[in-house]
Amino acid sequence: MTSSSSPLLSTSRRTFMKSCVAAGGGLLIGVSIAGKASASTGSAALNTYVRIASDGSVAIVAKNPEIGQGVKTMLPMLIAEELDADWSRVVVEQAMANEDLYGQQFAGGSRATPIHWNQLRQVGAVARAMLINAAATKWKVSPDTCKTEPGIVIHPASGRTAPFGKLAEKAALMPAPALEDVPLKSSKDYRIIGKTTPNVDGPALASGRQEFGIDVERPNMVYAAYQKCPVYGGKIKSANLEKVLSAKGVLDAFVIEGDTALHGLHEGVAIIASNWWYANQARELLEIEWDESPAAIHSTAQLENAAQALFNAPPQITIRQDGDVETAFADAKTRIEAEYSYPFLAHVPMEPQNCVAEFKDGQLEIWAPTQRPEEGRGLIEKYLGVSGDNVKIHLIRCGGGFGRRLYNDFMVEAAAIAMRIDRPVKLVWTREDDVRHDLYRPGGWHRLEAAISEDGDLTALTDHFVTFSDGDQTSNSARLSPVEFPARAIPNIALNISRTPLGIPTGALRAPVSNAMSFAFQSFLDEAAYAAEADPLEFRLKVMGAPRVLPAPPGGGRFAPDYDMTRQSEVLKLAGEKAGWGRDLPKGSGLGCAFYFSHLGHFASVVEVSVEKSGDYKVNKIWVVGDVGTPIINPTNARNQVEGSAIEALSHVRCQVTFENGRAVESNFHDYPLARMKDAPPVEVHFIESDNSPTGLGEPALPPVIPAITNAIYAATGVRIRKLPIDTDLLAWG
Amino acid sequence: MKIIVNGKPHEIDVDEDMPLLWVLRDEIGLKGTKFGCGVAQCGACTVHVDGAPMRSCITPVSLVSGDDAPKITTIEAMEDTDIGSELQSAWIAHDVPQCGYCQSGQIMSAAALLADHPSPSDTDIDDAMSGNICRCGTYNRIRAAIKTAAGANTGDDGEAA
Repeated sequence: MTSSSSPLLSTSRRTFMKSCVAAGGGLLIGVSIAGKASASTGSAALNTYVRIASDGSVAIVAKNPEIGQGVKTMLPMLIAEELDADWSRVVVEQAMANEDLYGQQFAGGSRATPIHWNQLRQVGAVARAMLINAAATKWKVSPDTCKTEPGIVIHPASGRTAPFGKLAEKAALMPAPALEDVPLKSSKDYRIIGKTTPNVDGPALASGRQEFGIDVERPNMVYAAYQKCPVYGGKIKSANLEKVLSAKGVLDAFVIEGDTALHGLHEGVAIIASNWWYANQARELLEIEWDESPAAIHSTAQLENAAQALFNAPPQITIRQDGDVETAFADAKTRIEAEYSYPFLAHVPMEPQNCVAEFKDGQLEIWAPTQRPEEGRGLIEKYLGVSGDNVKIHLIRCGGGFGRRLYNDFMVEAAAIAMRIDRPVKLVWTREDDVRHDLYRPGGWHRLEAAISEDGDLTALTDHFVTFSDGDQTSNSARLSPVEFPARAIPNIALNISRTPLGIPTGALRAPVSNAMSFAFQSFLDEAAYAAEADPLEFRLKVMGAPRVLPAPPGGGRFAPDYDMTRQSEVLKLAGEKAGWGRDLPKGSGLGCAFYFSHLGHFASVVEVSVEKSGDYKVNKIWVVGDVGTPIINPTNARNQVEGSAIEALSHVRCQVTFENGRAVESNFHDYPLARMKDAPPVEVHFIESDNSPTGLGEPALPPVIPAITNAIYAATGVRIRKLPIDTDLLAWG
Repeated sequence: MKIIVNGKPHEIDVDEDMPLLWVLRDEIGLKGTKFGCGVAQCGACTVHVDGAPMRSCITPVSLVSGDDAPKITTIEAMEDTDIGSELQSAWIAHDVPQCGYCQSGQIMSAAALLADHPSPSDTDIDDAMSGNICRCGTYNRIRAAIKTAAGANTGDDGEAA
């Protein structure tokens, strides 16, 4: 099993007929019926994704961007399984960005599994049927009397066998059956799906040979650094380019014009040099007079004041109103209220933003670590006037994504620079550029109230959520869902929103919206449990109620799907069981729990923490239980994703981005303290394999772990964390 | 200036303040050593200088060059060492990486740890590895892989392929 980054298909295939099949979410998956490949390659393309060489090796295309979520291994596994390929003979090849061939290509929303589970298995099954038909024709037998073993077609009655490599050329000329007409394997026959399959790039990663975007080289390439206004959308009044041009190694320096859109091409000075360090070093000589944008008014204190002012006014928008909240509160035995808040967060993937671009004869060629290449193509068309047809984008393995690389500002910057010079250019941002020019997870504020009845039931809940607007829209990833739990589960609920304008870009950070709402709502649910004098885990089960599905509202779409209380309660119960919920712990230690449903994944977490008398806390262990259906396609990567999500939660409770005069204050890992080895507790992962189609794992494990940590701190200390990041001064005891 | 990288001498003509990282990446073309922060906070750029782990992003090339230049070792040469090849095998067996970007630096720090502590304790691992950030959060697998490479019986090889 090896991998390579060369595109599978040349454009010179003899025939190419695309059949598009509508699939979930409007996705179109293209499957070609290709003719014989050129003799020089000695291999035949059976369809867009599969090419088999005469020696029996099988090339399978990985269609989507790889950001560490494991799709470069997992998606080809689906094809290989139904093809009945011998996985040890499979070479995975990264696709180019080409939605005509592959359908949508993006890494986001934990969508790769639900979108491709059927489609890519069908792609493999079609190729297998063509191989069987080729063998059956050759042997003059019915295809129905043939079967496959990994890499070979067998006719059991006669004992004849033929390896795939000897059938491929003939098979490539066979008519391809329709995707939906080919039978798929029974799960009991799986040889690849459900088996731990190591990362196809593992050997290259361990040896330093793996190419990331930042490693791409082109002949005659130069390097660029790009200085933007520290205030979003600022414009350049003047810049001392002459001085910069005199710096060692600098080849050129010029202004790239941009606009004031929150996301797009921001104005700046590009410095070109023979080595990236020279380019970046020359920024120290750069003096720019900025025309700062209106965003300069923003500071963390200003935003906090705006939020408090909105809390003191009636909510602007009601997004859900069920039952009779006022009566429920009037009849309550206990009423509680609390204010929760959380900060802006940066994505900080380990590989700083970068892009290689080359402009020749009106054509742009791009090598980019991107989660969503088509968004970049759109920015290039919009800002640079190069039509999408004239932009070729290579997908390069990304050193992390977490949502940051859904936004291709680095791509349009590199393209703009390349169009000004006659050489290929590699743009690299510094970490400071990355932290200070992010599209942040937005902060937010919640005023929550709950009513507990005589019977200890949660009878009503209200939220006044203060969030941000960009024009007349709610800022990106700053919304509240009208089905936020316990909506749909309890009779009386009111969800309200007020918005304050924000001139700072916001965007999706792993489990967007959910990673914030889980903290506010699952913490407040914990408060409600204590107010009801109930066990926090049992109380949650009680709120979920009888086994039932909370139905999606009409047109709910993927942001408000059906919510299965059975699946949700089972993962919570198992998390409690595995963690020994209810066991005695020494003073200063405690267990907290939480659950959350996002990206179609039902998850729960229990966390054990110990808090020192000084207030320093340590997370001792994290248990996470998920139900993402069955099968777990690649168990090693499934666990890895959940383990990583749990560790990420440690960073969510200790990091923040703050603002002064429209500028992000934090800049690098010294003041954005991501979790490190010494902070990382064991993470115990369990899956409940319910009888549901498999869904994604990049995101849904994260949200419940964040409040499980802070709920555990409450259990340990009696201090309720209502504001992130955690202020450890509040936790001192004894 | 002369520097010795992975046993090979290189004559380079750059500013003496240029960090070793950019000499390796943009002058010599050894790109397994990664840029992550530029201020010795993340460890992605870790190399060995005469066997000791160093953050190449803040090491001026002038400090490691000259007639008596120390021996610089990068990830590309780790497979030629016993410790390096054991670590790489363990990394693959435990399926450590997610995005994988930090892993060159992780393996370089781990190799330096094992050279000093052939059977490291958890505390030794915490001390030696806490300068290397893994944003994907693969720390538990890194810890397990180090123990496997050290030959320790961790009793928990569940993730080994």
